[in-house]
Amino acid sequence: MTVVVRTVARIIAPMILAFGGYVIMHGHLTPGGGFQGGAVAASALALLAISFGFGRWKGIKAPLSFLEDLGALAFVALGFLGIGYTFFRNVLAASGGLFGAPVPPGPNPGLLETGGTLPLMNWAVGLKVIAGLGSVVLLLGLFGGEDDR
Amino acid sequence: MTFGVHAPILAIAVPLLGAFALPVFTKLHRSLRDIWAAAVGAFTCAMVITVAVQVFTSGVQVYTLGAASPTASVVQGGFPIRIVLAVDGMSAFMGLISALVGLASLVYSFGFLKEEQGKTLAMTLFFLLWAGMLGMEYTGDMFNFFVFLEVTSIAACSLVGYRTWESAPVEAAFKTMAMYTVGGLLVLLSIGILYGEYGALNIAYLSSKVVGSQLDKIALGLLLGGLLMKAGAVPAHMWAPDAYGEAPAQAAIVLVANTQASLYGLWRVLFTLFVGVLSAPAVGWLVASLGALTILVAVLAAVTQRDLGRLIAYGAVSQIGYMLLGVGVGLAALSSRQDWGLVAMKGGIFHMLNDAATVGLLMLAAGVVRRATGTKDLASLGGLGHDLKWTSGFFLLGVLALAGIPPLNGFASKFLIYESSFRLSPILAAIAVLGSILLLAVFARAFQGAFLGPRLREARPASPAMLAAMGILAAVILAMGLAPGFFVEHLVGPAAEALWRGRDLYLAAVLGG
Repeated sequence: MTVVVRTVARIIAPMILAFGGYVIMHGHLTPGGGFQGGAVAASALALLAISFGFGRWKGIKAPLSFLEDLGALAFVALGFLGIGYTFFRNVLAASGGLFGAPVPPGPNPGLLETGGTLPLMNWAVGLKVIAGLGSVVLLLGLFGGEDDR
Repeated sequence: MTFGVHAPILAIAVPLLGAFALPVFTKLHRSLRDIWAAAVGAFTCAMVITVAVQVFTSGVQVYTLGAASPTASVVQGGFPIRIVLAVDGMSAFMGLISALVGLASLVYSFGFLKEEQGKTLAMTLFFLLWAGMLGMEYTGDMFNFFVFLEVTSIAACSLVGYRTWESAPVEAAFKTMAMYTVGGLLVLLSIGILYGEYGALNIAYLSSKVVGSQLDKIALGLLLGGLLMKAGAVPAHMWAPDAYGEAPAQAAIVLVANTQASLYGLWRVLFTLFVGVLSAPAVGWLVASLGALTILVAVLAAVTQRDLGRLIAYGAVSQIGYMLLGVGVGLAALSSRQDWGLVAMKGGIFHMLNDAATVGLLMLAAGVVRRATGTKDLASLGGLGHDLKWTSGFFLLGVLALAGIPPLNGFASKFLIYESSFRLSPILAAIAVLGSILLLAVFARAFQGAFLGPRLREARPASPAMLAAMGILAAVILAMGLAPGFFVEHLVGPAAEALWRGRDLYLAAVLGG
């Protein structure tokens, strides 16, 4: 792509990634969540891949697949965290630890530190979607090359 | 018992965890992956058996996800708010079928799949498919059912088409994906209608609220269409021969179990969700006629096949017809509570287990043939019995069982279907018998063509793991053939009863009181 596209992509891609991260991070407070934020962030990968050519991103396909796998693994593992009570039990909520702040009764502006395992699950899903959609985009671009499977 | 209450969710979550952890273990070392796969497979089977024992001894088992305790009530303020797993006799029975087929598939894949041809990928997809099937069978929530249906769809299509270096599997996978997607969308639309009408997705709660409005009838029709599409019943069977024929053998048998999971969804919808409002004789006749049509069309199509894989695939489709016929006849007799209705249900449900074992055995044997000679074309096969002694024996056993030759298991279930469908309409019984006879003719020809005669070429013998997998299924077939009474009384009977008059127990277990 032309230098104009590359320059704009270079400036915009970090912003898209940051916004995707924001949507994932606030998934338990605002509309959005792991899937939506992951899709936003993956669009940054698509932008970079298209503007700089697919060839130079070939090397990150395998790490992306591995990352996707880790995301899925983390999600199931978080489900198992509650197995002392039931599967998917939110054991971290209001426990005082990570994301464990109690939610005060009444209206609040949205406290990031709440939600227990929900934000962690959002991150797991977000990771999976970034990596999954990213590798789909890469595969579409690389299709027909020797590496297409 | 503290551990046993978690068994239903562990049976779903462990294969899921197993699937996602498998590639990670492969990165470390291949032998670690094999140990992990074997451990996950064994643990899942143990969980499924635990569930079955608990359900058959102490009734419907409910598991409330995310609650403080697994048995906490889902209903709060008169409204169900959590996702539940609800396992009754039928679900537990289906779980056993899935576990049996999954175990055979896993053992087979150790010896069958080649490292350089995506062994890790195939095993990962297999565990996903397995988790999805068990999820469909154990869930007590319509939307969860749809999610697991889609999990199985995606995993199944990938398993059909992951061998992208050949053209036929990819085409088969595309066809399958198109049909699965349409079927899945029909199911989703119908769930949307039910949710819009009643504001809930819990099957038991929906069942207690459903009024039988015009919208409910549309939802029922959509569910019927979507699930039959996924089950591969005529007239939506065209994906099945491609998928079964082209999928590698260890995946094809799981696809068969997967179509049965869709059928289970259909039974659940008909007998639990809508049974209070539907016109049972009309819908029963519809299902039974579709079953008879499926038998006729699939068997006639099987007669003309020249490819061993496709021939078995049409055989598998025809068996779906017997299940539909048996349970359809049961549904038609449900409102008048005729005894032969329950007999028909037992026949149809028993046939699901028989079909999983016999068609599975045939497909695994066909996989050995393909691996030994590189082809499944019946015209160029012959004399394989000289080299593949065990495989020929297993294939012959499968053929006889599939055709319903006494004393094998196919005879037991088909006889139940014949005698009961005769009470509803002699024509249905005649079609069922005709289908069996033609099937025997078709498969006798296939056996003769592939395994008998002079030795045409050197064949590569099956590996011990593959023989062991076929041995598992053959042992089950023989056991069911020699002691059908035991199976009917202890497994099939409770499963059929759970559908026949178990709705109130199911509702009481989930909703309480």
